[in-house]
Amino acid sequence: MAGIAGYGAYVPRKRIRTEEIARQWGKDPGAIERGLLLEEKSVPGFDEDTITISVAAGHGAIDRSGVDPQRIGALYIGSESHPYAVKPSGTVVAEALGIGPEVHIADFEFACKAGTEAMFVALGLVEAGRVEYAMAIGADTSQGAPDDALEFSASAGGAAYIFGVDHVVAEVVETYSYTSDTPDFWRREGEFYPRHGGRFTGQPAYFKHVLTASRAIMEKTGLTADDFAYAVFHMPNGKFPLTAGKQLGFRKEQLETGWVVPTMGNTYSGSSPTGLAAILDIAKPGDLILITSFGSGAGSDSFVLRATDRLPEVQDLAPTVCSMLEGSRQYVTYGEYAKFREKIIAND
Amino acid sequence: MRDVAIVGAGMTRFGELWDQGLRDMFVEAASGALSDAGADRLDSLYVGCMSGGQFVGQEHLGPLMADHLGMTGVAAVHVESACASGGVALRQAFLEVGSGMSDLVLAAGVEKMNDGADVTNVLATAADQELEVYYGVTFPGLYAMIARAHMQHHGTTEEDLAWVAVKNHHHGAMNDKAQFRREVTPEQVMASSLVSEPLRLLHCSPVTDGAAAVLLCPLEMAKEFTDRPVKIVASGLASGSMALADRDDPAFLDAVQKSGQRAFEMADIGPPDVDVAEVHDCFTIAEICCIEALGFVEEGKGGPAARDGLTAIGGRIPVNTSGGLKSKGHPVGATGIAQTIEIFRQLQGEAGQRQVENARVGLAQNMGGSGASSVVHIFEGV
Amino acid sequence: MPSPRYTREIPARYRLEAARCSGCSKVVFPIRRFCPSCRGEEFEKLTLSRKGKVVTSTVVHVPPDDFLMEAPYAMAVVETPEGARLMTQVVDCDPSAVLPGMDVALEFRLIRREGHSGILCYGHKGVPA
Repeated sequence: MAGIAGYGAYVPRKRIRTEEIARQWGKDPGAIERGLLLEEKSVPGFDEDTITISVAAGHGAIDRSGVDPQRIGALYIGSESHPYAVKPSGTVVAEALGIGPEVHIADFEFACKAGTEAMFVALGLVEAGRVEYAMAIGADTSQGAPDDALEFSASAGGAAYIFGVDHVVAEVVETYSYTSDTPDFWRREGEFYPRHGGRFTGQPAYFKHVLTASRAIMEKTGLTADDFAYAVFHMPNGKFPLTAGKQLGFRKEQLETGWVVPTMGNTYSGSSPTGLAAILDIAKPGDLILITSFGSGAGSDSFVLRATDRLPEVQDLAPTVCSMLEGSRQYVTYGEYAKFREKIIAND
Repeated sequence: MRDVAIVGAGMTRFGELWDQGLRDMFVEAASGALSDAGADRLDSLYVGCMSGGQFVGQEHLGPLMADHLGMTGVAAVHVESACASGGVALRQAFLEVGSGMSDLVLAAGVEKMNDGADVTNVLATAADQELEVYYGVTFPGLYAMIARAHMQHHGTTEEDLAWVAVKNHHHGAMNDKAQFRREVTPEQVMASSLVSEPLRLLHCSPVTDGAAAVLLCPLEMAKEFTDRPVKIVASGLASGSMALADRDDPAFLDAVQKSGQRAFEMADIGPPDVDVAEVHDCFTIAEICCIEALGFVEEGKGGPAARDGLTAIGGRIPVNTSGGLKSKGHPVGATGIAQTIEIFRQLQGEAGQRQVENARVGLAQNMGGSGASSVVHIFEGV
Repeated sequence: MPSPRYTREIPARYRLEAARCSGCSKVVFPIRRFCPSCRGEEFEKLTLSRKGKVVTSTVVHVPPDDFLMEAPYAMAVVETPEGARLMTQVVDCDPSAVLPGMDVALEFRLIRREGHSGILCYGHKGVPA
């Protein structure tokens, strides 16, 4: 059965605390932390973008899979912060990882679900026998407008997955996608910050799509919440995925491993894929895993995965999500954050 | 080869010369050298300039300068070896006269650095663009890495570095051509702002405008122009690895050693025979590395030389009596010629307050980049 | 940086492609035609490990214009286990802690931007190992 042959993740070392952002705008840090369940978030350095995050995560995926990069026939990167408006991220990433030139490459965009969108297509090509291996990456250096609620969550990071038929560490048991035209969050061409519909992003957008897709894939597979060892849902903040999980019948123990948002923030296209990587870092053979993404606009992709006997052999072959979240960190001030996020414009 | 002598010298004041352009400075220095020698003709001229192209957008300096000197028609060519451009221009002039091809040749150097260009970027073109500059390194950065390696290998201290600046400012305070005619204390040096750790502002030579020129002729003709010619007895030029990362020991300047050895061999003398030297102190650490590579002190022992008075006027080997690049200023392409002028005046006995007693043999060492090119000349009073 | 010039350096900058001299075993990075040690012309290609040790270092406080927003930043000569040395920034730590002997990993990073509208230029930087 086709599945994940290797995976890797990357989270920048720079962080900013929720209270540091709250203080900048005269907000009560305690209320924000309790309301959004966010302690801190990752911040990309001046030298980090979707391309560099993808390369770092991609190295992890290659190291864990043991696959010769030359055998990877497709590379798809999902992001809403591709560094170029015109010119693919994928070409740089492929060259850096030693993939190609015999490779099919595309950059995907679908708000926060571009990563799972890439995974969906990569899996399909592998299952069709069109390519031997396909790499899919979800990565972002997301922006939130100053003094917007998004500023507390919009962070940077990503995860990479190599799909193949042989030697997989997790089989893909089933997939399901659910999409509708729901303008809950958007950014027009040429605009720097995204805009959103406030509370409209909740019930009619996030919850409708995440819950529908998750219920549908469980129905399709005949599985119930209790059958799963782990579940991860897109994490725009700390609260939404826990609420969705609870409504679907999941217990906290099934959710907390992939619930990386309190210390990582929302890595947009990298959010649920990175949560999945955190689960794969510790999952045992036979464990069933549910992942449901959400992308504004809006849609959700769901995957049911089953860990194989090979998974424990590869877990230590690349940095784990936990080691990056709890490892060496550099806390930045709001001023430094503003500089790194190019909110301060220097002379050309 | 014929014996070659310097018979005249001229230079502008070094500093921020807002009223003078590249050609004005050249003409002042070159005409000064000609009138110093009482000469009214030239066979050929060399103009050393690191980057007229990037500092002021002007290339093709040979004919431009000949034209403005009123010498249109002479052979005229621009010579470039980064900050060693002046020294290499002198070498070309020396070879042309020595070969018998020409009799009267002008060796000049000029640089206009204060004309609005991004000086850090222009200077960095003398480092390896693809392997060094690409990643954000600066010239102070490269010398700072040399300094840190020297500290690591030989125990050199920040205070050792500071004393090089103190000594050269002391010398420069006596030089009316110098950009900074003032003394500094070790405390002032060590409290100045950081440029590239461990180097601070007062470890660095300044951004300078200026020009310098010397007139060369066969020694046998020299008395037509001056009573006190100075003979060029040797010229040594060497290249080294361009990128700092490609050098086995980043604290040792290989090209400086090779250029020195070649010059000493040609002159048939050794380092102890030198009475006065100008060495390329673009940063304080550079003087320390250069006096080691030239053999004035043992390798690794250059650190305390300035503090111990070894290299001051009155010391065993006075170094940079002009004030060096540090205090006199460093209009990069002009520096090699300005060093030559200091030695010329010292060997003529005309260095005034800075005169080294009984100076008979002098040496000038000029280098490019982070030490990838170095040229040494040895001179003797006649 | 004009993109043709940038493109030629991709194998070294993106993948750390180097070569070992068949004559004297010196590792050259990037690949060159002649060995700087023995002038040999036969090389065996190799890819450098993405890690190394700081040989010497500095903290740049006065940067070139293109690096204005990054200063102060650490730069170092880093030696990889293969014996190749490269000039690189060392980031994601206190720049003054970047000293000779420090172990670093080499990560793929954005090195410079050609103004607001030019190409983005990538390569490797050191990070604490």
